[in-house]
Amino acid sequence: MQDFASSFFLAVSLILSGDPELWSIVLLSLKVSLTAVAIAAMIGMPIGAALGVGRFAGRRALIVLINALMGLPPVVVGLMVYLLLSNSGPLGVLQLLYTPTAMIIAQVILVTPIVAALTRQVVEDLDAEYAEQLRSMGVSRLASVPTLLWDGRTSLMTAVLAGFGRATAEVGAVIIVGGNINHVTRVMTTAIALETSKGNLALALALGAILMLIAISVNAAVGLLGVRSERVAHA
Amino acid sequence: MVNPRPLLAFAAMLAIHFIVGPAVSVAQDRFIIVQSTTSTENSGLFDTILPAFADESGIEVRVVAVGTGQAIKNAQNGDGDVLLVHARPAEEKFVADGWGVQRFDVMYNDFVVVGPEDDPAGVGGSRDAVAALRKIGESKAPFASRGDDSGTHKAELQLWKETGIDVGSASGEWYRETGSGMGATLNTAIGMGAYALTDRATWISYGNKAGHKVLVEGDPKLFNQYGVILVNPDKHPNVKAEEGQAFIDWLTGPEGQAAIAGFKDGDQQLFFPNARR
Amino acid sequence: MPDAALAHSLEPRIAPAEGSAGADTGSVLPVSAAGLVFTVNGKRLVDIDRLTLRAGGPTIIMGPNGAGKSLLLRLLHGLIEASEGTVLFNTQPMNARVRRRQAMVFQRPVVLRRSVQANIDYALAAAQGYRGPSRRGRLRELLEMGGLADMARQRARTLSGGEQQRLALVRAVAASPDLLFLDEPTSSLDPASTHRIEALIHRFADEGTKIVMVTHDLGQARRLAGEVVFMHRGKVTEQTPANVFFDAPSSPAARDFITGGLLV
Repeated sequence: MQDFASSFFLAVSLILSGDPELWSIVLLSLKVSLTAVAIAAMIGMPIGAALGVGRFAGRRALIVLINALMGLPPVVVGLMVYLLLSNSGPLGVLQLLYTPTAMIIAQVILVTPIVAALTRQVVEDLDAEYAEQLRSMGVSRLASVPTLLWDGRTSLMTAVLAGFGRATAEVGAVIIVGGNINHVTRVMTTAIALETSKGNLALALALGAILMLIAISVNAAVGLLGVRSERVAHA
Repeated sequence: MVNPRPLLAFAAMLAIHFIVGPAVSVAQDRFIIVQSTTSTENSGLFDTILPAFADESGIEVRVVAVGTGQAIKNAQNGDGDVLLVHARPAEEKFVADGWGVQRFDVMYNDFVVVGPEDDPAGVGGSRDAVAALRKIGESKAPFASRGDDSGTHKAELQLWKETGIDVGSASGEWYRETGSGMGATLNTAIGMGAYALTDRATWISYGNKAGHKVLVEGDPKLFNQYGVILVNPDKHPNVKAEEGQAFIDWLTGPEGQAAIAGFKDGDQQLFFPNARR
Repeated sequence: MPDAALAHSLEPRIAPAEGSAGADTGSVLPVSAAGLVFTVNGKRLVDIDRLTLRAGGPTIIMGPNGAGKSLLLRLLHGLIEASEGTVLFNTQPMNARVRRRQAMVFQRPVVLRRSVQANIDYALAAAQGYRGPSRRGRLRELLEMGGLADMARQRARTLSGGEQQRLALVRAVAASPDLLFLDEPTSSLDPASTHRIEALIHRFADEGTKIVMVTHDLGQARRLAGEVVFMHRGKVTEQTPANVFFDAPSSPAARDFITGGLLV
């Protein structure tokens, strides 16, 4: 396929050229998605942990709901956030539409269910193993949560990376609430969509290759971080 | 109480965020949002002419490029200061309903019918758009439509109406509605060897033509007028009327008009300024 | 990050003990169960009128599979709720102080996904009362006791089965409990590992910890037992000093069990 070969060379030359336009798009993508994932982790992990160890009415229903929300179509989330942030919407006064903040909000909504659902599974599985031992040591259910989160950290890292994958890959939500405005809200995926619609398929594919490279780099960085934290934990 | 330790990695991520942060958000304070169409964005017109306006006025123009139908809805919601689209009746209704202040002509180009090189319906060289579409419909040759309530879509439906062919009943057969932007629709048309109606600017700057070419052009009915409207600040107090009007004045004034005329792809002019003031 | 700060952050968060430090005195022995019943789907899996476990040599609980031995341990240790009846520890019901004075080791050791020393340190933190130098000293002592000093920084889950069970044992006695429940701690170990575990159990018993242990291994029971509690179909059929039990068990079920004739 000629397109693939030319895309590959285009991707390499784009990276090597250090094109400032490209870099600003890459950095904005990272900024939006990493911020969204960090916020989603801070919201999703406690929710997941509560669902994992808590025993309360409606827990089953909540788990089903959160699992289902993992499949929320980005376009629907984008539309919801648009309606909220639109000047005709309830939060219009905040003037957030067509800003990176709006994109972060949309991605937080997309990523939080993934982090919460996977955290729930990790914590619940670990709790099944630990519960008697911790109870024997006099550790209360509530107090066991930090232990379960810490001991499940490797799996939780995977949960967070899954969320990051969803955030960087989605285009449907950010293009609606961000508007794909050049130099303001254009990220990798919306740039790819734009180049595709211009018929610049090789360039679109090259941007896709760079997006893959970013994803691999972030995963590798988190992997290294995981190894380091493992060492610290055993020091 | 959650142990902060599992968040170690995210703290690092946040750190990245703060390193990255300052590098990107260098946007200017004074800016306006222009709700516009994919044809103006995809052709590269705005990228070329807007820096001149920004330098002169200190106002950054942020373009949200969607179909004309969605652009008008967004503007009605107050999510834009200026509307720049190409569907005159809808624009006039927008102003008549009080959503816009006043409509100004900005520029024009024309629509063309593109199709596969072997031209199964035999419309190549025709200057009669209605007759050409009728031939396409009668031979049931595939036709890719925007199907998204955009300016181009509205223009196309008007032409079909004049042929007397009910494309709605052929939907899903030879008449394919993509529900997407111009570029995506052209990608589809090329993929399935279908005809399509497109504005000339998008077509000229479009990079994936494969074997497709312009088959029908030059019919006065294919005229494509762009208009610009300030969103009514009485309806939406957040509208930056002063800055928005400054942009409209520039665009319809001598400098903006000259910039539009000077925008070329190779040696082909894509838009023709025709503001009257 | 300094080790001390990190270690602190990894501690379980426990509510402060009620009462003053002075309340943390006095043995939790004897343990007395009265009218203790545990029912599942109408079946009385444990049904004990009266059982008293006093300070002294290890109590070995024996009986065929399904007799309710493990359930009894969990009921006494407060891991599951009895359907009826009471368990008192030197006249007190289960509370935070009573909980801290006892520990349990399971058939399959539950080791935390941390280093060997972090596992022990976790128990010391949970038990409270160990701070600063005394905690580090006790940690070293326990590592030596379990023969684990060389692998202190190794991930606990990479240890062999025998090493993991030794870790579980020394972790259980971290805070010098009065009472230690052992649920078949050597059932999946080789003879050498079993020998080391038994040596540790002997040592704890000699140092005054009351051992209450379930085992199927008659040889092990003979080696360790001070007295034997024999269970059959949820009931305690006899509680006899070890020498008497192995020479002349009083209940027919126990007699059959020793000769290998009792199947259920």
